[in-house]
Amino acid sequence: MDKKITVTIDGQEVSADPGQTILEAARNQGIYIPTLCHYSRTTNVGACRVCVVEVENARSYVASCCAPITPGMVIRTNTPAIRAAQRMIVELMWSSGDHNCLTCEQNGACELQDLVYRLQIDKPRFPIEHPAYGPDSTNTMITRDLNKCILCGRCVRACNEIQVNEVLDFANRGSYAKVGPAFDADYIDSACVFCGECAQVCPTGAITFKQAKFAGRPWELAKTRTTCAYCGVGCQIDLYTKDNKIVKVMGNREYGQPNEGSLCVKGRFGMDFISHPDRLTKPLIRRRKGEDFQEAAWDEAYAFIAERLAAVKKEYGPDSIAGLSSARCTNEENYLFQKFLRGAIGTNNVDHCARL
Amino acid sequence: MTVAGLAATFGSGAMTNSIDELEYTDLILATGTNTTENHPVIGMKVKRAVRQHGTKLIVIDPREIDLVKYADIWLRQKPGTDVAVFNGLMNVIIAEGLYDKEYVAGRTEGFEALKEVVAKYTPEAVEKISGVPAEDLKKAARLYAGAARASIIYAMGITQHTTGTDNVKSTANLAMLCGNVGIEGGGVNPLRGQNNVQGACDMGALPNVYPAYQPVANDDVRKKFEAAWKAALSAKPGLTLMEIMAAAGSGKVKALYVMGENPLLSDPDLQHVKKELQKLELMIVQDIFLTETAQMADVVLPACAFAEKEGTFTNTERRVQRVRKALEPPGEAKADWEIICGISGKMGYPMAYASAREICEEVRTVTPSYAGITYERLEKEGLQWPCPTVSHAGTKFLHKDKFSRGLGLFTALEHIPPNELPDQEYPFLLSTGRVLYHYHTGTMTTRARGPVERCPESLVEIHPEDAERLGIADGQKVKVTSRRGKVEAKAHITEKSAPGSIFMNFHFNEAPVNFLTNPALDPIGKIPEYKVCAVKLEAA
Amino acid sequence: MSDTFILNGKETPYTPGQMILEAAKNGGIEIPTLCYLKGSTPTGACRICLVEVKGARSLMAACSTPVTPGMEVFTETALVHQARKLNVELLLSSGTHNCLVCEANGNCRLQDLAYFYKITDLRFEEKAASDIYPKEDQNPLIVRDFSRCILCGRCVQACNEVMVNRAISQGYRGKESKIVTGGDLPYHESECVFCGQCVEVCPVGALTEKKAKGLGRPWEIKKIRTTCPYCGVGCQQWLHVKDGKIVKVTAVEDAQPNQGRLCVKGRFAYDFIYSEERLKTPLIREANGEFREASWDEALDLVAEKFKEIIKKDGPDAIAGVSCARSINEDSYQMQKFFRAVIGTNNIDHCART
Repeated sequence: MDKKITVTIDGQEVSADPGQTILEAARNQGIYIPTLCHYSRTTNVGACRVCVVEVENARSYVASCCAPITPGMVIRTNTPAIRAAQRMIVELMWSSGDHNCLTCEQNGACELQDLVYRLQIDKPRFPIEHPAYGPDSTNTMITRDLNKCILCGRCVRACNEIQVNEVLDFANRGSYAKVGPAFDADYIDSACVFCGECAQVCPTGAITFKQAKFAGRPWELAKTRTTCAYCGVGCQIDLYTKDNKIVKVMGNREYGQPNEGSLCVKGRFGMDFISHPDRLTKPLIRRRKGEDFQEAAWDEAYAFIAERLAAVKKEYGPDSIAGLSSARCTNEENYLFQKFLRGAIGTNNVDHCARL
Repeated sequence: MTVAGLAATFGSGAMTNSIDELEYTDLILATGTNTTENHPVIGMKVKRAVRQHGTKLIVIDPREIDLVKYADIWLRQKPGTDVAVFNGLMNVIIAEGLYDKEYVAGRTEGFEALKEVVAKYTPEAVEKISGVPAEDLKKAARLYAGAARASIIYAMGITQHTTGTDNVKSTANLAMLCGNVGIEGGGVNPLRGQNNVQGACDMGALPNVYPAYQPVANDDVRKKFEAAWKAALSAKPGLTLMEIMAAAGSGKVKALYVMGENPLLSDPDLQHVKKELQKLELMIVQDIFLTETAQMADVVLPACAFAEKEGTFTNTERRVQRVRKALEPPGEAKADWEIICGISGKMGYPMAYASAREICEEVRTVTPSYAGITYERLEKEGLQWPCPTVSHAGTKFLHKDKFSRGLGLFTALEHIPPNELPDQEYPFLLSTGRVLYHYHTGTMTTRARGPVERCPESLVEIHPEDAERLGIADGQKVKVTSRRGKVEAKAHITEKSAPGSIFMNFHFNEAPVNFLTNPALDPIGKIPEYKVCAVKLEAA
Repeated sequence: MSDTFILNGKETPYTPGQMILEAAKNGGIEIPTLCYLKGSTPTGACRICLVEVKGARSLMAACSTPVTPGMEVFTETALVHQARKLNVELLLSSGTHNCLVCEANGNCRLQDLAYFYKITDLRFEEKAASDIYPKEDQNPLIVRDFSRCILCGRCVQACNEVMVNRAISQGYRGKESKIVTGGDLPYHESECVFCGQCVEVCPVGALTEKKAKGLGRPWEIKKIRTTCPYCGVGCQQWLHVKDGKIVKVTAVEDAQPNQGRLCVKGRFAYDFIYSEERLKTPLIREANGEFREASWDEALDLVAEKFKEIIKKDGPDAIAGVSCARSINEDSYQMQKFFRAVIGTNNIDHCART
């Protein structure tokens, strides 16, 4: 273990690990420094500059997300000059995009909005000139409105460094700079596999979930943590719901293993089936072979099944009954299912589709 | 399957190591797993390992899957020649003295027999069987043996063969040979295809074992469960899924109770399955949709989807995690466990549980590896079994100093060709599998807008050479015929599969590929040979 | 009740004199509103509650159209929704409605309607900044931002009909329209008594609480219902709290005794809670006459010891207690019980007579 380094942040002596950035050292100490482009576990790029701090004897303000601490460093994070610089940066970002929250789906979950609020900016000092890009809403899953993009590059790093799908990148330079798939293609025409990580990390309303649009504002949604029902990875997901419908599915980095906040297209966009009109809603009984199904009450269905199973068992023995359990049901249900066949019927004829 | 193969070798059948270890190991050998499509989040970790942590990657797969792009070496074997390829790798490693002699001597048995058999599988001999160039095989062998920690990951490409159990044992042979089992970052890691296939096995939804793989034929075990469940239990191991179908056909099984499964799309040789199911006197199906199977039932019971109930799933790395209710179920649908309780009660065997948690509490008392797992402990993060006590932190990787069975058992295996290979009448080799955008029999994903937009229908992957020879254009409808049936779907011209091989998925009931597949089973694991059957291909 | 009308094709009862809005609500149909203020005279100003009435020349405002027998009302037709959406769009053009810098973001009826009607673009040009009255930000309690005012008149009704303070009214005409105090003076120079009812009912960000600015957005806030600590009315109020601090106080609607009203003290005078002068530790007077801070243990020991000493020396009636009319019932009960049961005296009173 390397020796700790001592630095001074806002007059407070802070001990930190060598190699840590000023931002990390400050946050470990509970000191707030605003960030936008910073996204932990991806490269620190220092693109947005809202994390600037004063470092004694430094030539200019320092982007705290990129600057490693050195012994004896004296850092100030909240001087009027720093706040003024941060305000200026946020106002510049604001004025270069179309940031009217009234018509933005991200309203209430936007990090740019949070900063405008936190820094108490009343009015932009600069005229608003956004690039007037057309929206990419060619697919049913992800909407891109690059007029709301602040070019923080989180989506690019999410795509390349977290998911390693290597689809998104920066294109062009200067005020023409934009993010997207190669050849300026729409997502649907690109190599995008629709994991949705870019939309999950986007701090503004530039990349959003299309099916969530107008389905509920962030503050109206209930959040339930559960386990994805697709493959065997068992990703931890947050279901955002309103009025008994799923609005969107998000990963959550706080939940740790196994997926550390990442999802795939099925977990993210494959939940429509739950509220599909094809869902079964009542027990159905076919009283005689060849007849149609009839809706029945639960008690009626249970009685019908119990009577018929008892008859089969009596006539042909317990091993004439078999059960197929399910790799999609819970442990508790699988346990009960085999217990039922073994304990109530008396057969070991129980299996599931582990082999398929 | 995996359970059978790994249990025989190590003493327990599950992913030996954890998903997270993949990102920080020295080498990953991926075989029979199209990871980025079927387990995208694990695929993500493999790609991160390669791009960001200097991990080497060997891919052994007949198809040019996405991971090939990230691989240091890609061995493209002919489908169904996995044992030969693994024997070939071991041949090189033993011949060049690259194996972990101390580990082999101290922790394993059966090495001499293995050595004798693999001696025949020289790289040149293996090239003849598998088509893998001898030089590539040698390079891969040296790379694997040279890694301090190497992890093998595999999925259905290994198991869905008549030699599936042998294939699994071959991966275990290789891992043990190089001392890679029982260490962090190593292991033999089956990636389970369905969300809770691990849990269904753990919970004893298998014909020969109770929860935690305790054999039904063992008198002591059975007595324990008879006492716990207050019921007389049968000592006779039951039938596997494929045997149940056959027994339904022959009239031995009269009644079938199906919870959330859809064998009428997932099982091989569907026409036959349908005939078998028609002979049943009683079929009960509980599911969330009126599936192909449910349509044949006598009683259909509406079940809750996962978002409408409480419970736990166990993921592929043995991690038990909570499932939580976010939505009210539609109409009168009930959780599967409630339905089982309902039926059992009427049959005179009361199962009076008030909640999933109560069931879990009972599971803990009869399942030693789950004894320490409580809902309270699962609140923050899942726990990996074995977790024998409430103070146990769970187990990241298995077989640390000792295998569950004591010594690791090498199995000397010979290459056995697939049950049905292309011939003049059926000249193409068909493999089936999944695609990124869909899942299993498609009941869920074909009802989701996004996935359907990306992949609206079943496609037949055909190599451009074959397509040109047969005059088939991309997007054209083709007819695929096997000895068991025929299916039509659109052609997708791609170099992903080798010439002479085609690939189809089984997600769509409009193109039920299991009309074609061969029901020949692995003799031990009873898994059908979905990865190899002979078909003919023509423009429709 | 025999009177019925036809609501979306369904026969629905109503009470004679009822407006369509209310009768529909009783019939299970919610009609969106903006200017409607429950309990006040409907003005029909905003036209968001428009409905189709069979035989009527135009769409009718549900808040101010009485139901007549057999009237056929349609609340969900394409025409109705089109008209409502258009009205929302027109209201959006009446000023600047960028939620990015609005304190009402997340608690704005106009924003809710824009979301409900899925408005993605502003169809009409916003009013020019030069045509908007300047913001009034001079008093310490209420900010009036005319760029966000949609002239719905709810504040006027709250001031005149609910509180009967009669401090504000509609002033000027046409595009010059403005909500004004007498003589169009700023609030603090006018008749306004700062009850803040106008802020309470403002559906947008035109009237906001100055002290709440920057302290937390609606979705970050926890609402705690309590009883006002000032006079004996016992007004029911919501404390809006974030990070353990009160952001603002609002009235509980439809609850006795205040039915959604508060006065200046209840609404704005909670600052004392955060006063620097709050006592934070027990204080004990030293021999030199100065207080010093003490621990709870030390203070309680001292008090108990002294009480015991006095009781022993001079008897229990040598001790008296003054309880508190601002304390909760539980405290008062405890206090008298303590004096009677522990000390052994009935010398217990409080400020009821002062």
